[in-house]
Amino acid sequence: MLSLRLAWRNLWRHRRRTWLTVSAMIFCNALLVAMNSMQFGSYRMMIDGTLSLLTGHVQVQHKHYNDEPRMRYVVPHGAALATQLRGVLPDSAVAARAVAFGLASSEQRSFGVQFFGVEPAQEPGVSTLPGLVKAGRYLQDSNAAEAVLGSVLARNLKVTVGDELTLLGSGLDSSFAAGVVSVVGILESGMTDLDRNLAQLPLGYFQATFAMNDAVHQVVIKVPELSAVAPVKSQVEALIHNPDLTVLDWDQLQPGLRQSIQVDLASSLLIYSILVVLVAFSVLNTQLMSVLERTREFGVMMALGLRPGRLGQLVLLETGIMSFLGFLFGAALGIVITLYFQHTGIYIPGMEEAMSRYNLPGRLYPELSILSALAGPAAVFVGGMLAAIYPALRLFRLQPVAAMRAV
Amino acid sequence: MAAVRCRALSKCFVQGEQVITGLDDVSLDIAEGEFVGLCGPSGSGKTTLLNALGGLDTPDSGEIEIGDLRVDLLGKGALAEMRLHRIGFVFQAYNLIPVLSARENIEFVMQVQGVPAQERKARSLAILEEVGLADHEDRLPAQLSGGQQQRVAVARAIVSQPTLVLADEPTANLDSHSADQLMDLFGVLNRERGITFVIATHDARVMAYCRRLVRLLDGKIVSDERQPGQGQTAA
Repeated sequence: MLSLRLAWRNLWRHRRRTWLTVSAMIFCNALLVAMNSMQFGSYRMMIDGTLSLLTGHVQVQHKHYNDEPRMRYVVPHGAALATQLRGVLPDSAVAARAVAFGLASSEQRSFGVQFFGVEPAQEPGVSTLPGLVKAGRYLQDSNAAEAVLGSVLARNLKVTVGDELTLLGSGLDSSFAAGVVSVVGILESGMTDLDRNLAQLPLGYFQATFAMNDAVHQVVIKVPELSAVAPVKSQVEALIHNPDLTVLDWDQLQPGLRQSIQVDLASSLLIYSILVVLVAFSVLNTQLMSVLERTREFGVMMALGLRPGRLGQLVLLETGIMSFLGFLFGAALGIVITLYFQHTGIYIPGMEEAMSRYNLPGRLYPELSILSALAGPAAVFVGGMLAAIYPALRLFRLQPVAAMRAV
Repeated sequence: MAAVRCRALSKCFVQGEQVITGLDDVSLDIAEGEFVGLCGPSGSGKTTLLNALGGLDTPDSGEIEIGDLRVDLLGKGALAEMRLHRIGFVFQAYNLIPVLSARENIEFVMQVQGVPAQERKARSLAILEEVGLADHEDRLPAQLSGGQQQRVAVARAIVSQPTLVLADEPTANLDSHSADQLMDLFGVLNRERGITFVIATHDARVMAYCRRLVRLLDGKIVSDERQPGQGQTAA
């Protein structure tokens, strides 16, 4: 206790110097908490935005479909499986989907497209696309001969709501698949590639046209929280006994998403590390000065019988107190700032285009978590303590007589 | 058993190209409870001898025994232990820890020794009473006079119940009244506790208190005299 008191009072011998160092830590910690939270918030929005479009968080597929999306790799009785999963996963949205590539022809033009057979009643639960219809309406009847097209595709085909479209493709049994549908809606996702290729049809009509019987290609599950992905995946795996089927999570379905997050994290870590190193140098400077100024005092302490290790502990204790103050006030300030922006969001001018690629809104909402609140300040704390090792080690070289002669 | 026994101590310092003799073949025996003054002009080797006896500096050659310990053979850690438990130091400049109060300065040594908090407090208060500073326990060194600071330093030196106190010019910064008070205090501690005192000084008043005076010149002992009737020695 006396050592703690001594360390505390030693710190305030040079009030201004100590406050400057602690302030640097507070500023750095607050910045790290806010930046980390903003980053995690943007990742979450990126994940949600990307997965909400089509992928969902978990999918049941044929075991080969993800690597090789061929027509024949199906999930049998897909709609029934989706219904069963909705029963056991009341908090999640589940929808069956079938996919085929083919040709869509209007009176004037033809384009290759990706046809999605969707359950009109369930699709809005797993995908944001039904909410992005700009003209007309979304699909309603599961067996109706109707389609919703991406805006660029509609423009290319020169069709609008109410026009007819001819579909051509290959069925599951390799038969010739053909049909005529009415365009009931045009949607605009903001992602040009998707808007150029997308045509959604009711699942029943799709299955009939492409000779799918009751098979689908994906049973898509959207969970309420990212943290629920792993348990839901395990739960679904336990339910499925067909060895030809597999359950994939978003990381397996969209490996690029995690990779882009990891690349962004790595570059941010570099910047954060520079911040931590700068603060560590500030601590090093403070503690080195402090040790040099007290050389005579340390010499006296050694003469009284203190070992250099004990003196080193004192220096580390002083640094620990300083770092703790920086941790406490910095994290608190960072949390307050983050909570404010978590409520209001942060508008970043000129970022709309980049954000729209991930289907993100124009505002960033930071996400405060234990990790975002504590990781940065903990790194600064550790950095500060590491910086104090050198001044502490200098004490081991101290000779009592020489030290007591120091001015 | 002798409190201090040293044989053929030598120590040289190199300053640039100049070699300065600190101690030159010094041999000395000090019995338990003695009150010894090391005197001589500046550079005569008083402080060097004191530092060597206290394990603060290593002699180039020779043997030192403090009680049953061969000081010259001890490592850094063992020397620190010896200073902590067996030797009290009193310095010319008091050298109190400026951010600790009088009582805390005294307690600090005991804390390092591992004495429990309650006992530390009781012992430090008792010793402050003994050195006449009972009302000054919460004062910081800067709030005490030179004489009072030196008495706190003495209290710090003896609180660990050492058998030997080494004092280096303890009265150099004190007025004559405070110096007399300090020497009286040393005398009482020597007489009542049997602590052996070795005091490096060139202050004639301090020499007058010492029962035995060892004179040094250029690192050699030039005289070793007992002064019957002078000073206060332990029973």
